[in-house]
Amino acid sequence: MSYIPSDLLFTSSHEWVRDEGDDTVTIGITDHAQELLGDLVFIELPEVGDTIEAGGEAGVVESVKAASDIFSPVSGEVIEINEDLVDSPELVNEQAYDNGWIYKIKLNDPSEIDGLLNPEAYTEVVEADEH
Amino acid sequence: MKKTVLNQAHRDLKARMVPFGEWDMPVNYGSQIEEHHAVRKDAGMFDVSHMQAVDLTGDRVRDLLRYLLANDVAKLKNQGKALYSCMLNQQGGVIDDLIVYFMQENWFRLVVNAGTAEKDIQWFQQHAPDYGVSVKVRDDLAMIAVQGPNAREKAIPEIAIFAGATLSAQAAALKPFHAAVGDSWFVGRTGYTGEDGFEVLMPQDKAVPFWNALNKAGVRPCGLGARDTLRLEAGMNLYGSDMDEQTSPLEAGLGWTLAFDPEDRDFVGKQALETRKTEGHLQKFTGIILEGRGVLRDHQKLFDGETEVGEITSGGFSPTLEKAIAFARLSADAGETLHVDMRGKKLPVKRVKLPFARAGKACY
Repeated sequence: MSYIPSDLLFTSSHEWVRDEGDDTVTIGITDHAQELLGDLVFIELPEVGDTIEAGGEAGVVESVKAASDIFSPVSGEVIEINEDLVDSPELVNEQAYDNGWIYKIKLNDPSEIDGLLNPEAYTEVVEADEH
Repeated sequence: MKKTVLNQAHRDLKARMVPFGEWDMPVNYGSQIEEHHAVRKDAGMFDVSHMQAVDLTGDRVRDLLRYLLANDVAKLKNQGKALYSCMLNQQGGVIDDLIVYFMQENWFRLVVNAGTAEKDIQWFQQHAPDYGVSVKVRDDLAMIAVQGPNAREKAIPEIAIFAGATLSAQAAALKPFHAAVGDSWFVGRTGYTGEDGFEVLMPQDKAVPFWNALNKAGVRPCGLGARDTLRLEAGMNLYGSDMDEQTSPLEAGLGWTLAFDPEDRDFVGKQALETRKTEGHLQKFTGIILEGRGVLRDHQKLFDGETEVGEITSGGFSPTLEKAIAFARLSADAGETLHVDMRGKKLPVKRVKLPFARAGKACY
C-alpha cells in the first residue's frame, strides 16, 4: 500500500491537493500514481498565467512505461510551477508529496475543494485499484 | 497466470509484478532505470525461466534444423557454439526467433520465446519424425540471465559452488556465443542486453538458492522493464513487436540472419523470401531517435511531410542516451527527414543505424 498523507485532498485520477489557506493550492500526483507509472523521465508543466478548468489537462507525466495526463483537480490561474522537475522528474518518484509538487493555482472558487476526496475516500480508491 | 519457480523470490524482493503473456513476471524491483544502469555498469540478473529450452536429439538433427531454421546450423562446427536464427513459415513470416546451441552431433538445444513456445514445439513435433528426431521439452529447467561487465566474474564462483569446479572452469573459459554443459546445469555466454554475461539453465529446485546467492554476490535483480530498454539500446528485436508471422525478416532488420547460401540448401520460407526480394520495394527497418523531450512508444505513426510512411514497432526511453529511442518500419520510399505523431503533435525524429549504444556509449 502506497503512502497517503492525512492533511491532503485527492482526486480519483490520483492527483493530490494541498490547501495553503490563502485561496491557493499546491497540486501534484500521488505516491500511488508514481508507483504505477514507474520511473518518470519527462514532465510537461503548465505555464504560469495559464487558466485551467477543473478536470482539464494541466500537463503530462511520461514514465518509462506510459504517458499520463495530469488533470487539474480545481479551476483557477497557475501562479507557480516546479521548475526543478524539468531536469529532475525523478523528484516525483522520490518525494511525490514534497519536492515532487507540480504546480500552484489561485482558486476561482474556494469552495471547489470541498468536492475533493478526503484521505479515507482516496484510500478506498487505491485499495480498489490494487485488487 | 503461469508462475516461474522464482515467483515468490520476486515478491520477497518487492517486485512490481505484471502479466507478460500468460506469465506473472517482475517488471521492476523499484527503479527500472537503476536496474538498467546496473547491467550497463556492473551486473544484473533476470529470471527468464518463462522462456523454453527444447532438446532435439537424433542422428539427423542437424539436417532437420537446416530445413527448419533460416540461418544455417552448418555454421556450427565447434561443440557448444550458438547461433541466432529465425524459424519461418512457408510464407516467409517469422514463427519465432531463437538461439540454437550445438551440443553434440546428435543433440542440439534450442531456447525459444515464452509466448511462442507452444506453437514452436508443435512445429518441431510435426517435422521431427521425418528425420527420426526426438523432441524433449525441458520443463524441468529454470533459466537465469546474469548480464553486465562484471557479471561473469560475479557468477563464476557461484557456478562453482552449485554446479562444480569443472563446469565453472569451462564457463570461465567460454568464448562469446558458446556454451558449456554439466550434469543438469548449462552455461551459455549469451544474452539479450548487449553486455557480456551468461545465461544459466539449472534444475528448477536450484533456481531460488542460486538466485539468492547471486544477489548476495552483488548481482542486482532486474525486471522485464530494464530488459526491454537494454535490448532496445543494443538493437535486438523483440518477437511479437518487431516481427511476427505476418512480417518477413527482410523487413525486420534480420536480413543478416538469413543464410541463402549454399544454394542447394532448402529451408522453410526460402522460396517466399526470394520472391519477396525479387518483387522489391521492401519496407525498411531502422533506428529512430527523438531529439526533443518525450518518449517514443510502440505503434506511434511516422510521417514524411504529410504522408504517413510507417510506424514504431518498439520504442522507449534510453537511460544510457537519456533520449527516446525506437525501432520503426518504413515504406521503401520514406525520406530521411521524418516526424512522429506524439499525441497529436508532430515532432522531428532522426533516422539512425542500429545499435544505439555499445559498451555503455552512444554509437549511432
